[in-house]
Amino acid sequence: MFDLTGKCALVTGASGGIGGAIAKALHGAGATVGLSGTRVEPLQTLAGELGERAHVLPCNLSDPAAVDALPKQATEAMGALDILVNNAGITRDQVFMRMSDEDWQNVLDVNLTATMRLCRGAIRGMMKARWGRIVNISSIVGATGNPGQANYAASKAGMVGMTKSIAYEVASRGITANAVAPGFIATAMTDKLNDDQKAKINAQIPAARMGTPEEIAAAVLYLASPEAGYVTGATLHVNGGMAML
Amino acid sequence: MSDVADRVKKIVVEHLGVEEGKVVENASFIDDLGADSLDTVELVMAFEEEFGIEIPDDAAETIQTFGDAVKFISDAA
Repeated sequence: MFDLTGKCALVTGASGGIGGAIAKALHGAGATVGLSGTRVEPLQTLAGELGERAHVLPCNLSDPAAVDALPKQATEAMGALDILVNNAGITRDQVFMRMSDEDWQNVLDVNLTATMRLCRGAIRGMMKARWGRIVNISSIVGATGNPGQANYAASKAGMVGMTKSIAYEVASRGITANAVAPGFIATAMTDKLNDDQKAKINAQIPAARMGTPEEIAAAVLYLASPEAGYVTGATLHVNGGMAML
Repeated sequence: MSDVADRVKKIVVEHLGVEEGKVVENASFIDDLGADSLDTVELVMAFEEEFGIEIPDDAAETIQTFGDAVKFISDAA
């Protein structure tokens, strides 16, 4: 099950906790992986850990020209682009009344517009190959909202609507497009919280703990696999029961 | 019939699965040959590959019929 031997996958935000776990899971299933992100050093460290079948493809997702060029670079480096995982995302949290145009725009540009550009660039090759997998990493807050995150929640909800529309258009060509919506996941970002903050978060989660990056990666691996060929336009919520959608 | 027209016709017949006789000068890809909008995108991609040309999006939108395609490609090649 879930054998990706011979498939080539591009993962954005691979320098982060969740993106790194996704890259490892796809690589572990036999895929060649393209590791993208803004920070080159952690990408190179990860590529070193993975060994063969790993390519470092740095990209600044707030630069439209660089984003448009990435699918082509990935195809040239790996020989194909069969699986696209849009995982990169940023937050610029602020109470809505004080949210600046810049904080709104930056988050929409990186989280939603860059995802659109990468999907658009990747689909061409997938159409020719009559096979493709797009997995967009959304968020629980795209479905539930979250105070202080109007920009982030809008971008993550936008990803879901876009993913469903793409899924409609390309389903007849053997391409699926799905979203994974993580809840609270233990990463470097959540490590900064104190015990009291963590306890409050865990109290809202039926599973009574934060998720792990590997648990998100497993969902992505499933949606990227040949076995998930009949699943498209779906949002797979991985949140320990925090929101049952 | 020109060489370009033959090659375009072959692509259209293969891609849309239509009879060769239906692929005439004024045949509209969508109205007469049963293409959907995604098929037209794929046809343009196939033309680009076959003839080694680039067809920009705004030009692609003007290619509605078999004749349009042959004319555009003949002019571009």
